[in-house]
Amino acid sequence: MPVVRWGEQTFPLHGNETVLDALLRNGVSVSYACKSGSCGSCMLQAREGTVPARAQAGLKDSWKAQGYFLACVCVPEADLAAAPLGAEARIRATIISLGNLSPSVKQVLVRRDVASDIRPGQYIAIIRPDGLARSYSVAGLPEEDVLEFHVRLIPNGRMSGWLHNDACVGDRVTTLGPSGECFYVPGNEDQPLLLAGTGTGLAPLWGVLRDALRCGHRGPIHVFHGAVHQGGLYLCDELRSLTQTHEHVTYTPVLLTGDPIPGTEIGAIDKVILGRFPKLAGWRAYLAGDPDIVRSLKMQLFLAGAGSRDILADAFLHSAD
Amino acid sequence: MMFMPTLYEQLGGQAAVNLAVDNSYRKVLTDDRVKSFFDGVDMDQQIAKQKAFLTMVFGGPNNYSGLDMRQGHAHLVKRGLNDSHVDTIIELLGKTLSELGVAEPLIQQVAALAESTRNDVLGR
Repeated sequence: MPVVRWGEQTFPLHGNETVLDALLRNGVSVSYACKSGSCGSCMLQAREGTVPARAQAGLKDSWKAQGYFLACVCVPEADLAAAPLGAEARIRATIISLGNLSPSVKQVLVRRDVASDIRPGQYIAIIRPDGLARSYSVAGLPEEDVLEFHVRLIPNGRMSGWLHNDACVGDRVTTLGPSGECFYVPGNEDQPLLLAGTGTGLAPLWGVLRDALRCGHRGPIHVFHGAVHQGGLYLCDELRSLTQTHEHVTYTPVLLTGDPIPGTEIGAIDKVILGRFPKLAGWRAYLAGDPDIVRSLKMQLFLAGAGSRDILADAFLHSAD
Repeated sequence: MMFMPTLYEQLGGQAAVNLAVDNSYRKVLTDDRVKSFFDGVDMDQQIAKQKAFLTMVFGGPNNYSGLDMRQGHAHLVKRGLNDSHVDTIIELLGKTLSELGVAEPLIQQVAALAESTRNDVLGR
């Protein structure tokens, strides 16, 4: 059986055990959240040995080159020496604002001690001093070193509960990342864009939308925001006002249930989108939010003609604990 | 010495493979004869596999392994995957390439390479 070396210690792996599970089983304190290779909280650096490709899927090339990998999906075939990430990947930050976007969604602004290269729509892990880690999409970069997040209060959610009820301006956290490929790429300014999300899936889309406009995107941009009922919508006024100043932007709130409201569609978000745009060849789509809706939309947009490489999806996973 | 471009190069390399992968995957997902075998399959993983397969049948850089083909389809053979389904997949691939403007002799070559995996796919 291969072993994991961690500093001076050596831990034999059991069966198909991941590096994360082996470390946790041996009492090593490692941050993690989704346990499915997505959120990036458990990223470590390989010092010796070969990292399976699966444990580096989706990481940016410069990170792969440095041996960064996701411990929760890393099942090594041979011995692997791993270590926490160097100081350069973890950047300390200060909470500078906690505002309400809706009764259940907070806008959290943090200022990083050092600015680094991040695109709106990517995600960042926030790590509390006690080690609790969760990933959030970057909804915007109001300043080079300031990140905007939208945090929905999850029932019994430890990080969201803290950010909603207990955290204060001035509190310190650690940030790790970015990860994710759900961001605007300049170079095809006339392509039609579809931005669709549910709940705080709006956060990366809000980031992508403003980034696209900042980059001078000329093609139509259609934003669909789904929620179960009216209370789940937010940033409505801001989005409507963007459609006033930018003729090529449309905004459609979609509510799953309720009575018809002018300017709002009632029904399932996929039906509303495909009903309006049945043919999507040549489009680029950004999808975020509820994982089942994202998965289903992705397939339907693909069948409607969108290229698989032009569908960028960010399914929000809940933490495993 | 004559340098023969591979089929992969003649077809147009990576970009052509990407387009052929998308178009053929759309066809199999909507074809009543085979679509049930793709129920509940993760789209990204399937596209990655499809891409590896097409790169192989186009003679591009690949690490095709008959063993992977056997293991990857064993659960489908249990569910009734048989020669008629392999015929359908090869037919849909040919149709895809024809729609992309690939000449008939090249399509025949691709079909012959795809044919060579039949016994591995069906676990024989």
